[in-house]
Amino acid sequence: MPSSTPESATEPLDRVPGLPSPPGTHAAPVSIWRRVLRNRAVMVGGLILMVMLLIALLAPWLGTVDPTEIDAASRNRKPGAEITLTGADGESREHTAWFGTDNLGRDLYSRVLYGTRVSLTVGFTVSVIAISIGLVIGLVAGFARRLDGPVMRLMDGLMAIPGILLAIALVAVWGGGLTTVILAIVVPDVPRVVRLVRSVVLSVREEPYVEAAISVGAPTIMLLMRHVLPNTLAPLIVQGTFLCASAMLSEAALSFLGMGIPPEIPSWGNIIAEGRSLFRIHPHNIFYPGLFLALTVLAVNVLGDGLRDTLDPKMSRRL
Amino acid sequence: MLSFILRRVLAVIPVLLIVAMLVFGLLRMVPGDPAAVIAGDAATNEQVRDIRERLGLEKPIPVQFAIWLGRLVQGDLGQSFFFKKPVADLIAQRFEPTLALGVCALVLAVSVAVPLGVLAAFRQGSWVDRLVMGLSVMGFSLPLFVLGYLLVYIFAVELEWLPVQGYARIAEGFWPFIERLILPSVALSVGYIALIARITRTSVLEVLNEDYIRTARAKGLTDREVLVRHALRNAAVPILTIIGIGLAVLIGGAVVTESVFAIPGLGRLTVEAVLSRDFPVIQALILLFSCGYLLVNLLIDIGYAFLDPRIRY
Repeated sequence: MPSSTPESATEPLDRVPGLPSPPGTHAAPVSIWRRVLRNRAVMVGGLILMVMLLIALLAPWLGTVDPTEIDAASRNRKPGAEITLTGADGESREHTAWFGTDNLGRDLYSRVLYGTRVSLTVGFTVSVIAISIGLVIGLVAGFARRLDGPVMRLMDGLMAIPGILLAIALVAVWGGGLTTVILAIVVPDVPRVVRLVRSVVLSVREEPYVEAAISVGAPTIMLLMRHVLPNTLAPLIVQGTFLCASAMLSEAALSFLGMGIPPEIPSWGNIIAEGRSLFRIHPHNIFYPGLFLALTVLAVNVLGDGLRDTLDPKMSRRL
Repeated sequence: MLSFILRRVLAVIPVLLIVAMLVFGLLRMVPGDPAAVIAGDAATNEQVRDIRERLGLEKPIPVQFAIWLGRLVQGDLGQSFFFKKPVADLIAQRFEPTLALGVCALVLAVSVAVPLGVLAAFRQGSWVDRLVMGLSVMGFSLPLFVLGYLLVYIFAVELEWLPVQGYARIAEGFWPFIERLILPSVALSVGYIALIARITRTSVLEVLNEDYIRTARAKGLTDREVLVRHALRNAAVPILTIIGIGLAVLIGGAVVTESVFAIPGLGRLTVEAVLSRDFPVIQALILLFSCGYLLVNLLIDIGYAFLDPRIRY
């Protein structure tokens, strides 16, 4: 027999996050953040993400060799092979290629570690930029009645084009590169943020305490700062997490298709793209970066699920 | 009913126009003379002059848009200078594989995801539920191309049950055709399955909490009867909605899938067009995919009205 989920059953009745807060209580009480941190999904997802972040930061020390160093003598080695590298100074160094080497003799383990940097950068930047732009446009659409119609029609048009296809088209226009890839992934995400922010603005405007504030002549900027923005915080954090996960997948897909990050930068998508030609003999060129990518995206998604359940129960009931 | 359908159709037209404007604007965002961009690097001055005349580039932008849109409505999608063919012919040639792949993935996804979602909802909190939800998060997170290569490695390279890559037209026989579609369809449908299963679970859960379900159970209906007669019927609208919206995932996924499995469809054509900066083809493909997406969602919208008479407000 289905019953309501334990989370919603134990929800304190006086303060439901995700619903517009009554005046004066807009700062999130400590208990919410404590509940967020106690959530198992948040903990597991956050922990894996922390490890990935550490890997990204410490890549030069964790990596065994330069990830871009080409070594014709040790091409296409199996994982665990012992490699002797002769440097430009004539000195030879030995190391173990944990993940094997690619068809140019570059060390896959080091390349995969450095790839963490690209994915995390893209994921984080895309979600921050998309949320910032979407927040501004959403607030304008929600507050300026005359702009609402045209802005939302434009957003409908953008949303009618499948996201990755729009990103591909934008890359075709702007050319490949880290910045253009980030922007190309941001554009299809913006309408989703705009819709979310606008819906929060519209529902907050209907609240009696906001009507009261308007009726006593509170300036728009105050309504915005005191009532609207605090209410957008929780859903935007949740949305931002999911945008981050999908941005990492999009970047990898674009790089895989050969229209993303320039090939000389080791990103997981690029490593996989380069591994395609020898896939049948050396599947590790695809599986190691693929495993890291899947694990990172999974961590972000699990984190997002946990945040949604604790921060934004209204949305968690919908999904 | 007729006025409802008419209203829905009319509501799609402005969106279509905006998509057309965005696609038109795309070419104008490319630095340089649009005619030179369309003609490509190998074009002669004469060709560029021809294109400039055809597009009416000396006229104001709104007039250019009108000319372009007018041709489009007549089915003239322009000329691909890279493939040296009319864009419409090119698309017609590449249409079948993508349609076959899309239909297979769609059928597979719906027939797997809906039962999974229903099962998870009926056994809420049980290990089945947790398994389905866990798999769905994984389905969202697994990159399509990694999954594709994993499937190829297991079922084609190691076990040798299925061909590695390629496509056979349906005219070449049913088995060769379907044999090459199995792995791509599975890879393509996984993300879609995750999405549909999740929404199915949520919407069935919501319905199961309704009073009429309690009544149905109280009068002694079995689980199966409750499910078929009451729960699924009432949960159908959000499920259909997500199937429609999720088509965007499927279209985007087709581009990647066709590259992994070397399927000569529209997705592969998109990649080839972008890599060779063939803008007339890119424009036509975006328009085509977006129109298809809008059309299917329009049909689903209209479908609701048949499912649920309350929607015909």
